[in-house]
Amino acid sequence: MSTTAQTAPGTAAPSYYDLDEHEHPPGASTMLGFWLYLMSDCLIFAMLFAAYGVYGGSFAGGPGPKELFELPLVAVNTTMLLLSSITYGFAMLNADEKNKAATLRWLGVTGVFGAAFLAIELYEFSNLIHEGAGPWRSAFLSSFFTLVGTHGLHVTFGIIWLVTLMVQVARRGLEPANLRRLQCLSLFWHFLDVVWIGVFTFVYLLGVLR
Amino acid sequence: MSDDLIKTIFGRLTLESFPIHEPILVGTFIMVAIGGAAVLGALTYFKLWGYLWKEWFTSVDHKKIGIMYIVLALIMFLRGFADALMMRAQQAMAFGGSEGFLPAHHYDQVFTAHGVIMIFFVAMPFVTGLMNYVVPLQIGARDVSFPFLNNFSFWMTVSGAVTVMMSLFVGEFARTGWLAMAPLSGLDYSPDVGVDYYIWALQIAGVGTLLSGVNLLATIIKMRAPGMSLMQMPIFTWSALVTNVLIVAAFPVLTAVLAMLSLDRYIGTNFFTNTGGGNPMMYVNMIWIWGHPEVYILILPAFGVFSEVVSTFSGKRLFGYTSMVYALIVICILSYLVWLHHFFTMGSGASVNSFFGITTMIISIPTGAKIFNWLFTMYRGRIRFELPMMWAVAFMLTFVVGGMTGVMLAVPPADFQFHNSLFLIAHFHNVIIGGVLFGMFAGVNYWWPKAFGFKLDRFWGTISFWCWVVGFWVAFTPLYVLGLMGVTRRLRAFEDPSLQIWFVIAAIGALIIAAGIGAMLMQFYVSIRDREKLRDVTGDPWNGRTLEWATSSPPPAYNFAFTPVVHDLDAWHDMKSKKAERPTTGFRAIHMPKNTGAGIILAGLSTVFGVAMIWYIWWLAALSFVALIATAIGHTFNYDRDFHIPAEDVVNSEDARTRALQSAGV
Amino acid sequence: MSAETHGHGPNHGQGHDHAHHDAHDHHGGAAHGSRREYWIGFILSVLLTAPAFALVMTGIIPDPRVTAGIVIALALVQIVVHMIYFLHMNTKSENGWTMLALIFTAIIVLIVIAGSLWVMYHMNLNMMPGMQMEQSSGGM
Repeated sequence: MSTTAQTAPGTAAPSYYDLDEHEHPPGASTMLGFWLYLMSDCLIFAMLFAAYGVYGGSFAGGPGPKELFELPLVAVNTTMLLLSSITYGFAMLNADEKNKAATLRWLGVTGVFGAAFLAIELYEFSNLIHEGAGPWRSAFLSSFFTLVGTHGLHVTFGIIWLVTLMVQVARRGLEPANLRRLQCLSLFWHFLDVVWIGVFTFVYLLGVLR
Repeated sequence: MSDDLIKTIFGRLTLESFPIHEPILVGTFIMVAIGGAAVLGALTYFKLWGYLWKEWFTSVDHKKIGIMYIVLALIMFLRGFADALMMRAQQAMAFGGSEGFLPAHHYDQVFTAHGVIMIFFVAMPFVTGLMNYVVPLQIGARDVSFPFLNNFSFWMTVSGAVTVMMSLFVGEFARTGWLAMAPLSGLDYSPDVGVDYYIWALQIAGVGTLLSGVNLLATIIKMRAPGMSLMQMPIFTWSALVTNVLIVAAFPVLTAVLAMLSLDRYIGTNFFTNTGGGNPMMYVNMIWIWGHPEVYILILPAFGVFSEVVSTFSGKRLFGYTSMVYALIVICILSYLVWLHHFFTMGSGASVNSFFGITTMIISIPTGAKIFNWLFTMYRGRIRFELPMMWAVAFMLTFVVGGMTGVMLAVPPADFQFHNSLFLIAHFHNVIIGGVLFGMFAGVNYWWPKAFGFKLDRFWGTISFWCWVVGFWVAFTPLYVLGLMGVTRRLRAFEDPSLQIWFVIAAIGALIIAAGIGAMLMQFYVSIRDREKLRDVTGDPWNGRTLEWATSSPPPAYNFAFTPVVHDLDAWHDMKSKKAERPTTGFRAIHMPKNTGAGIILAGLSTVFGVAMIWYIWWLAALSFVALIATAIGHTFNYDRDFHIPAEDVVNSEDARTRALQSAGV
Repeated sequence: MSAETHGHGPNHGQGHDHAHHDAHDHHGGAAHGSRREYWIGFILSVLLTAPAFALVMTGIIPDPRVTAGIVIALALVQIVVHMIYFLHMNTKSENGWTMLALIFTAIIVLIVIAGSLWVMYHMNLNMMPGMQMEQSSGGM
């Protein structure tokens, strides 16, 4: 801690007021604040995972993971999300280089992968419901649909946000506020990826193994 | 119109939803309507709407938002206390075949609403409001990290409060107790709108609570004055930091649990049902994972207030500052390891119960250490028994008893006797009234001169103080006795006439507390009336030690014309003892956030959405949800969010302060 | 006024911190990735995801407990990979506060998940002994 920096030049006594204050950039706390929000989101998922852990075997005489889950589909879905992660990374790299067109292009690709993920998930859900394995069938299915559905809901909001940001970047370019927003969405997007690792491992893979 | 069409338009809202056959509610409604009309009329007559909208409702100033939070808390406190009086009267009357004056259907709503309102819409806004007002000033910041979010959070809390209040006159509130335990709160046993009111009120307010937690955390981490290291933060700011960590890490749990409960109720999942593999005890487990940290969310800011008050009015640096900080951090972690002590009787067996019993006893150690720190701070201090200090001393005496009965409850075998008894009720009121509420009252008396520029009246404050302290003990000692005799909570009528005297004493205690509340309102009125006599121009009426006392009272919109530079703990005390000169020239324009109405609009739409979901009015729910998202997105297109307070405005207000200080001879 | 020129702005509390003058460290101290990092992260996560799926889908290891152990280990490693290469977690950004928040959250997540499973398992064990078979396979 250097107090010398705060000592007014030419005086021996420490200064008690910052007389030569620089203007604070807006949004200096945004990234930290958003990260803290993500941590709280993490706890929502923690509770849903806990519920899935407790109810994971409560089939109530209904079907279990072995009969229900189609791993190839989940593998495709995982691929979609992974690809969207790296394409978002490319969008960020281009944004840092102030390349607006490329940023928008990669954001668009990311959105398409995200939408594909959602479509596959909805297809899986509708199949399950048609087979009579809807969320009301058993506590196991309730917790499965809630956990996976909440993740899907996050992806949906991520896509809405992504489209909004694309419009804003197109209109105003890669100015500081938009860059900050892109970084926030980047955290959000990659965070959903991390949650998905938990989902495909603990819900799908371990479910089928059981 | 066909029935189907009416159902589509109004959902399950019918004329029978309005409780016109319940005289108590109709009377209340008439009074509220008259009072409301009078207030609205007065606002219109004095042309205050524009002022309120521009200066308060859309304000992003943390000071104004803090004050609005506390006003909300006080208003809701009156409602919650009215419920308390009704319960005390009912229990004192309903003996020997008498059914009292409240039918079961109504009584059950009253005790539920009392708990929900007192925790979520009194204690929480009080705590949040105080932190909002004080923390930025204490760390030498001009506002919080996200000023718009702050305004939005406040209005979401209001939105939740409005939803709860609405249940009084449209439909009904939950009849489940304040935690809405499953399966009672499930659709099978509570098919009405009550639990839905509960769910949506808490979910909407919960968004506000969570975001304000994130906001204050980021503020404390990022916006401290130059030189203020973590171990030089005022202890109230430290308690706010830990409290907000708990908020951010606990409220999502509540959100998740309530979401699962609403899925059970709305789409028929089987989380907490007795059938289909569900398990109601999982609800109990999860809601207490939120519930126990919540207890500390409420009490830690109160601890922070007492630390500031005791140190200031003893004229000494806080004894054991470092140990206080570590106690806070230890409590922060440990509060996540004790939740099961709320349901020892669930039957998890000896291993689980003894683990949680032991952790509960451990968590009382840092709390006890804090009590000793306050005592040692007072030891050999020059104690001034101003009102805040009186509340602090009353707290120490009252809270210690509450803490010790808490340790009794922490012993699992003993808890099998105490569980759900009035002993438990007495215990948590002992810590919440004696701890949280006394702390908030100490805080209001302590920081009122900062917020408004004049002190609170001492005479009425003293009367309120004694009524509260005496009233508390008269009201709750009988409940300890009754609890030890095995009387359970939430009973509406009693068989055994020998118990009646205790309930009568408790009701008298509640009346004494009512007198205390009346005296407090009188104190506010008299102080505002005599404000010129009680005026403080120095900005530092108590000879304070922390930075909020370094600026004028009330502080200017920008808090500090020049950001203070911190060299020591108790920065303002340090500045005074080193005779630091307040700069009187060289002021510059100051960069500040702009007011916005987006927060109140978003919260209004959330209320509509909540009400539509409660009454199954699906078209309105969809519409308001889309409007909510659209408004939120629309708001992000507004990039023009800040402005500069011109240098001459700063010069004017700072010169006024210079003159005021000279006239006061400081 | 640009977001990059901020003297001592956002890091007030730490006075004039040295981490601050780091070239990497603009935009209020948040970290950034490079093209190389994204590729490493992507390739690693493919290398960690594919075997997990393959092990379960082929059932090549006869003992499902061993498979489960490997799959869980792969997932934990992959979470760390994502944290480092996609979320750019390190101990320096925001003066360590992001890392601190992450560690705290991880501890709480561990407590609430493990605690819930433990508590509910014991409750089922004690209160519903008849359903022991179903629950013990389901509970843990």
